[in-house]
Amino acid sequence: MTAALVTGLGVISPAGLDTETHWANTLAGRCAIGPLTRFDASGYASTLAGEVPEFDPREHLPGRLVPQTDHMTRLALLVADAALADTDVDVAALGEFGVGVVTASSAGGFEFGHRELEKLWSRGPEHVSAYQSFAWFYAVNTGQISIRHGMRGPSGVLVTEQAGGLDALGQARRHVRGELPMMVTGGVDGWLCPWGWVAHQASGCLSRSTDPGRAYLPFSADAAGYVPGEGGALFVVESAESARARGARPRYGVVAGYAATFDPPPGSGREPSLRRAIEAALADARVAPADVDVVFADAVGLPELDAAEARALAAVFGPYGVPVTVPKTMTGRLGAGGAALDVANALLSIRDGVLPPTVNVTGPAPGHELDLVTTAREARVRTALVVARGHGGFNSALVVTA
Amino acid sequence: MTRRAVITGIGVLAPSANGKKSFWDLLASGRTATRRISFFDPAPFRSQVAAECDFDPLRDGLSHQQARRMDRAAQFAVVGAREGLADSGLDLDATDPTRRGVVIGSAVGCTMSLEREYVVVSDGGARWLVDQGHAVPHLFDYLVPSSIAREVAWEVGAEGPVSLVSTGCTSGLDAVGRAAELVVEGAADVMVCGATDAPISPITMACFDAIKATTPRNDDPATASRPFDRTRNGFVLGEGCAVFVLEELEHARRRGARLYAEVAGFASRANAYHMTGLRPDGVEMAEAIRAALARARTAPDEVDYVNAHGSGTKQNDRHETAAVKRSLGAHAYATPVSSIKSMIGHSLGAIGSLEIAACVLAMENNVVPPTANLHEPDPECDLDYVPLRAREHRVDTVLSVGSGFGGFQTAMVLRRPERSAA
Amino acid sequence: MATLDLPVLRDILRECAGEDDAADLGGDILDVPFSDLGYDSLALLETASVIQRRFGARLADDAVTQAQTPRALLDLTNRAIAGDG
Repeated sequence: MTAALVTGLGVISPAGLDTETHWANTLAGRCAIGPLTRFDASGYASTLAGEVPEFDPREHLPGRLVPQTDHMTRLALLVADAALADTDVDVAALGEFGVGVVTASSAGGFEFGHRELEKLWSRGPEHVSAYQSFAWFYAVNTGQISIRHGMRGPSGVLVTEQAGGLDALGQARRHVRGELPMMVTGGVDGWLCPWGWVAHQASGCLSRSTDPGRAYLPFSADAAGYVPGEGGALFVVESAESARARGARPRYGVVAGYAATFDPPPGSGREPSLRRAIEAALADARVAPADVDVVFADAVGLPELDAAEARALAAVFGPYGVPVTVPKTMTGRLGAGGAALDVANALLSIRDGVLPPTVNVTGPAPGHELDLVTTAREARVRTALVVARGHGGFNSALVVTA
Repeated sequence: MTRRAVITGIGVLAPSANGKKSFWDLLASGRTATRRISFFDPAPFRSQVAAECDFDPLRDGLSHQQARRMDRAAQFAVVGAREGLADSGLDLDATDPTRRGVVIGSAVGCTMSLEREYVVVSDGGARWLVDQGHAVPHLFDYLVPSSIAREVAWEVGAEGPVSLVSTGCTSGLDAVGRAAELVVEGAADVMVCGATDAPISPITMACFDAIKATTPRNDDPATASRPFDRTRNGFVLGEGCAVFVLEELEHARRRGARLYAEVAGFASRANAYHMTGLRPDGVEMAEAIRAALARARTAPDEVDYVNAHGSGTKQNDRHETAAVKRSLGAHAYATPVSSIKSMIGHSLGAIGSLEIAACVLAMENNVVPPTANLHEPDPECDLDYVPLRAREHRVDTVLSVGSGFGGFQTAMVLRRPERSAA
Repeated sequence: MATLDLPVLRDILRECAGEDDAADLGGDILDVPFSDLGYDSLALLETASVIQRRFGARLADDAVTQAQTPRALLDLTNRAIAGDG
């Protein structure tokens, strides 16, 4: 079976509007979580978020696209542009149907939808925008990316909350292992609007801290919820044949293993399924636990879920058996973009031989037998595991190798 | 040995048709389920018709807690999964939950609950900064529709791969196609898969009004959905779900399961053209059909029936007719083509799975469901659309196609399992 | 009664459909087809919807689709405003 290579990547995160800024800030351990500025959140129970730095979409996107896109889709279009520019590919040269798009989504273009709901209910149906028919829906990023870049291959959209970025990469790998030369895949999210915020708060999983340095402390004894963020990453995933034929540069790594499982229903007494996802992804990649150089953990920041993840990691790798890091402590959890951003972090770790830190956490809580990377650490990285869980029991694991 | 994915159970909830049997009775009779909207006062809207399900969560078997917790689309999916599971005869306790997965398709997720709760927390739209004090605890589940797949996974005890697919109006085909890929690859032996949507709410009606996609034929709702007819002027919104038990062929044979149909081929393409518009030549859908037939090792002239997307918009029906001709060649004219949306409306993401159910039942009965309300074909739509009345016809191989906002074009080939085994 | 003129139409187009980078909306566009200005059917539906609300004019769906230039759309709107559209 042909290898699925990552030959391009693009990132937008609270830590930076481009890959290298994001990565430099991440390695420096700069926490990008802060008070919400996109709207006045002072009346809400939770007030911190990881916001992408401000930018003017009109400087980056065609004027015609701006009125018909939600903030989230503008981010996704910028990230796709960056990923494609990174590998300098001529899409048309790969055949009429040679490139497809599969993205993860979580809440769609929620702010756009909120505005149209407001128009409908306060002013009437004739005030609702023609763009509402697609600007808010879950498939919008895939559709807009495929249109912008003329990508007519198989396309898809997966929703598994925070696990979606890995599931999209798994689907893209399937196509590339089939007959397709190239896929654009990953996830970019943005849901920081009042209506999205209220819905998010209802999960009961958000931190209520007002101190950006103390709000999101996964695996620590003080873990009390997480901070939402926005942004994500997209990748150019390419068959080894295609990459060779066009002399593709750069080569970040190989999508070597992937698996997804689901937790048993609450109260069943059965073991959570995360460990099985990790073991299956390692087996799929044909690597042993001892081969793994770093784990990018899901790290929800809720004691029970943190404990379950710590147990699964200790069971697979042995107590303190592998360096574990959580760079999302600097950005918050990015919905459909979160796991994709971790894959970008993993690939950049391979490239630069360095593990990004987990910030604000001084060490794991008693009982979590984790080698938590709390300051950036130089290391030869040939194999990295990314773990992601979606609200309600979705577990995904992905292995990238050099 | 190559693994194959076969449908062994069917659950359906459709407008005016609860359950697989009543669904087929409706389709075979050519009756329509399109009516004036009853869920809210449709008077302020351009299009005032829809195809609504007769559904009551408690009467239809859900607990009070499930009824409270779940959006209508999730309720549909759980009830559909129950029927599909019962129909398959699969014993959950005797099979490995880790080898069981779920893929549910949905175009608009929990949109009804989101709108209802928005009205509550915003004081009827009066406030932009919404009032957190009135939010229900399940609001996050409505925000992210993977909660629908989770509910089905809990219902069927799935611990294998679980996901929600949301590719607009091709979600129902894409979800079953993805499930078949997972079975063939070996990621699971049993996939509970299908699609659900419950979009009949003011915001959905308003957004389709704004682009004139839905029909303004409000004076005679029962004949409002008119695919391929010269007088068609938009689709009729519908709702519902179909959920299947999809199983690896040998796994199904070992337990003596009834084999409805093999998902023999599946492919999707994007038009990369426009979020809502279609290129008239149908070239991307034709390419999806070609690829799905190739995957199924099926020649164009082996197709016995084409289940059309047939939404009843001006552009869709021409686009699709062009695509079928482009891909099937001369055989396009010799093959019956019909749209069940003429009877049950267009339930967005759910419809692709409802159409798969119709295809499988057409195969079982050797009857092709009709295109209702087709009296005067559009001269540009010149295939055999089986107008008004169902037709007896040997059906061993079916092609089902779908087209969705975002440019998605999907084709699936379903085949009588005896033929697959040969 | 207020009528719709080109400068106002320009503003409405910019607001609800954006401006194509290749097209010069500020130039002499009265008889330039909307498609050459980068506007598709959705952009025109959105524009027509704003015009109808702002000027209280009723524009028939088919008439909007057939108005292929700014001049045609201005004529259509102003006839409707005058009550003989």
